[in-house]
Amino acid sequence: MTTDPILIARGVAKHYGAVAALRDAALSVLPGEVHALMGANGAGKSTLVKILTGAVRPSAGSILIRGREHTVRSPAEARRAGLVSVYQEPSLIPDLDVLANLRLTDTPLEPFRTFVEELGVPDLDLSETARDIPLAVLRVLDLARALAIEPDVLLLDEMTAALPANLAERVLDVVRRQSRSGRSVIFISHRFIEIQALCDRATILRDGETVGVVDIEPGIEERIVELMLGAKVEKSRIKAAGIGASAKPAGPARLGVQHLQVGTKLNDVSFDLANGEVAGVVALEGQGQDELFGVLAGSIRPSGGEVLVDGARVSFAHPADAIRAGIAYVPGDRSEALLGHRSVRENIALPFSARLRNWGPIDMRREQLTVLKAIERLQIDTRAQREVQRLSGGNQQKVTIARWVASDARTILCFDPTRGIDVGTKRQIYQLMRELASQGHSVLYYTSELEEVQLVCDRAIVIFGGRVVDILPVELADEAALTRAAYGLPREAAPVATEAGMQDGAGAP
Amino acid sequence: MSNTVLPDSSPLPGRRLKRLMSDYPLVPLILLLVLLVAVLQAMRPGIVNPAWIATTIKFAIPLAILAGCQTMVMLTGGIDLSVGTVATMAAFIVATQGVHHDPGVAIAIALVPALLIGLFNGIGIGVFRVHPLIMTLGTGLIGTGFLQVYQRTVISTGTAVPPSLAWLGTGLSYGVPNALLLFVPVAAFILFLLNRTGFGRLLYAVGDNEHAARLSGVRYWQVILTLYVLSALLAGIAGLLYIGLIKSASLSLAEPLVLPSVAAAVIGGTSIFGGRGGYTGTIIGALILRVLITLLTVMQIAEGARQILFGLIVLLVTAAYLRIIEDR
Repeated sequence: MTTDPILIARGVAKHYGAVAALRDAALSVLPGEVHALMGANGAGKSTLVKILTGAVRPSAGSILIRGREHTVRSPAEARRAGLVSVYQEPSLIPDLDVLANLRLTDTPLEPFRTFVEELGVPDLDLSETARDIPLAVLRVLDLARALAIEPDVLLLDEMTAALPANLAERVLDVVRRQSRSGRSVIFISHRFIEIQALCDRATILRDGETVGVVDIEPGIEERIVELMLGAKVEKSRIKAAGIGASAKPAGPARLGVQHLQVGTKLNDVSFDLANGEVAGVVALEGQGQDELFGVLAGSIRPSGGEVLVDGARVSFAHPADAIRAGIAYVPGDRSEALLGHRSVRENIALPFSARLRNWGPIDMRREQLTVLKAIERLQIDTRAQREVQRLSGGNQQKVTIARWVASDARTILCFDPTRGIDVGTKRQIYQLMRELASQGHSVLYYTSELEEVQLVCDRAIVIFGGRVVDILPVELADEAALTRAAYGLPREAAPVATEAGMQDGAGAP
Repeated sequence: MSNTVLPDSSPLPGRRLKRLMSDYPLVPLILLLVLLVAVLQAMRPGIVNPAWIATTIKFAIPLAILAGCQTMVMLTGGIDLSVGTVATMAAFIVATQGVHHDPGVAIAIALVPALLIGLFNGIGIGVFRVHPLIMTLGTGLIGTGFLQVYQRTVISTGTAVPPSLAWLGTGLSYGVPNALLLFVPVAAFILFLLNRTGFGRLLYAVGDNEHAARLSGVRYWQVILTLYVLSALLAGIAGLLYIGLIKSASLSLAEPLVLPSVAAAVIGGTSIFGGRGGYTGTIIGALILRVLITLLTVMQIAEGARQILFGLIVLLVTAAYLRIIEDR
């Protein structure tokens, strides 16, 4: 290394109460370098980015820009130091036109226009209101605005995620040119192809720590995946137990998804969910899983494709339609599902009253019995049952599931049901899922914790960039295989080829 | 907010009292009502007698019915400012139609505008998502306008309050107000609706967390449409009773009851943000307001000062009560 790094972060940590989002992160970026920042969900990438750009104050650690220590207190200060970022979400103020947005940030106009054209948007009208501009173009405008300030270090967070292929290509070109003119870029992406094509080095985070810095060269993906997973790779291989071995009943699938399309978020997604099956859905954040669950739950209208229930075509205009078809949705965020001020009983019984014909008098004794059975089955701690909001997180989560157990929903869509709850409750939920499956219920189970797949699921459907990229039988769905698939990498060829061959028909497109 | 409640073995006495109040929110309300009556008796010994009690109840009942509308609507996070207009319309129409028609027919005609305004409110709020405050304020003004037009057409006919309504509104049987014959079933209906029916559950659910209700299959517009129609019909009934009590039709008969009806529900512990509350508290809230009015009248102070005091007391009582029952 002949040149000195332009940006150095050392020992950066961030604690939120007792929780450490970042423990010991380090990053060093050279002038003219495109540097990838990588890590699994929750590894601390976004926290590090926020600290670098002054949106969050670190609990410990130091940041050196051009060799001088800086305390970055706000995004404006970061910008003065030459560090500008483009976040995942569009940052133009929706109710202002483009010109007013540029004035707000003192962006020089001419370079902005030049960059916008270079990025492949030739006829931008500066008087257009940001709200009316399509998302992909907004992303381009954000980037052009950042470039126009001529930052020394440009930070791009999932810049290409919302872009169609031609625009993404342009973005990569501009970034490349940026680095050739001696400026640095920190590039965050889940797409190995882009990283391979663009980046010089990569820093890998795991559990809030920097675990490695590698030079990007052909075949480096394996090493990066290994670093992201750490010691877990060897450990989880052993666990491939045959819980999914139970024979699948014949007949049409409980739930069939065919060529499903939701805008640019979900593309030609097809899979089946059998009777008595728990199918895992695995995806990095924002790969279209929210839209998939939204469509199946009746909250989002698809723009193409079909959903079949027991072989018959259905179309949901409201969650009530999905529920009538036996499909219940347990959202990832408990607060979306619970009536915080109401009792456990009323929360569990809520779907009973939903339909017009059940608006009349309630059979209190029957309701009591049904609810008690569900409470017992899920072992809900009812000491604070007068108000659900007084329950612990795990118990609240159980209530959201108990509601559908009590309603005897045939198909349950669980979106990350074990997020942020204790280990004991997690185990109870795993067990419940298996019980439900053995009684003929079907479960679609999205999880952000990959080790859960082999504990709960019969199969893993992996989604990347809005497409199903692989469907793995449970025996193969260890964390390493899932991580590789989730990043859009092909399966490891050698040791698993024979087994995989059987079910591969439904797999990669 | 998210604290798990531990079984409290040895809390401070004050805290324990608070827990008790929080678990039985009606207790402090009843205590307040008794206290106000005691103060009244102390200020003017002998005023608290059967006749006074009957009068207080008679005047509290129309208020309590309108406050019942507010309670149900507020449970969903809404408000119904059109109840005053609806009640006035029903009262005015029954008094003018009573000249030509049987009481039964006049009453039926009088409730038609209530039904229409309720439907209009329900469609605007439930389907087109207009804010309830704006929607009901608008329909209230529109209704008042129509009533003025209607008044022109009946200006020569004069008014005749059906005797049956007057009997119900003002009469006493064995010292007990006849209005209770109407109010007891109405109150029982509202209480049953809120606590023992699917529809009642949905009112709480929609007000507590509309998104969660939706995910459980609840169709918002159905609940809201039904609710506002029901609210308007009850307001119409309150208007019929009120004309029997006041016996003189005017174009703004029940308007002065609108804000007190909101106040009675709030004093009774129903949250204006939805999801929490009940009708029993509201009834006590309406009684508290009536007793308070007597108390301020007895004090013989200037009208302006009386109003200021009334507003201040309502504000204080509500704030204090919410402090007591919120167990945080």
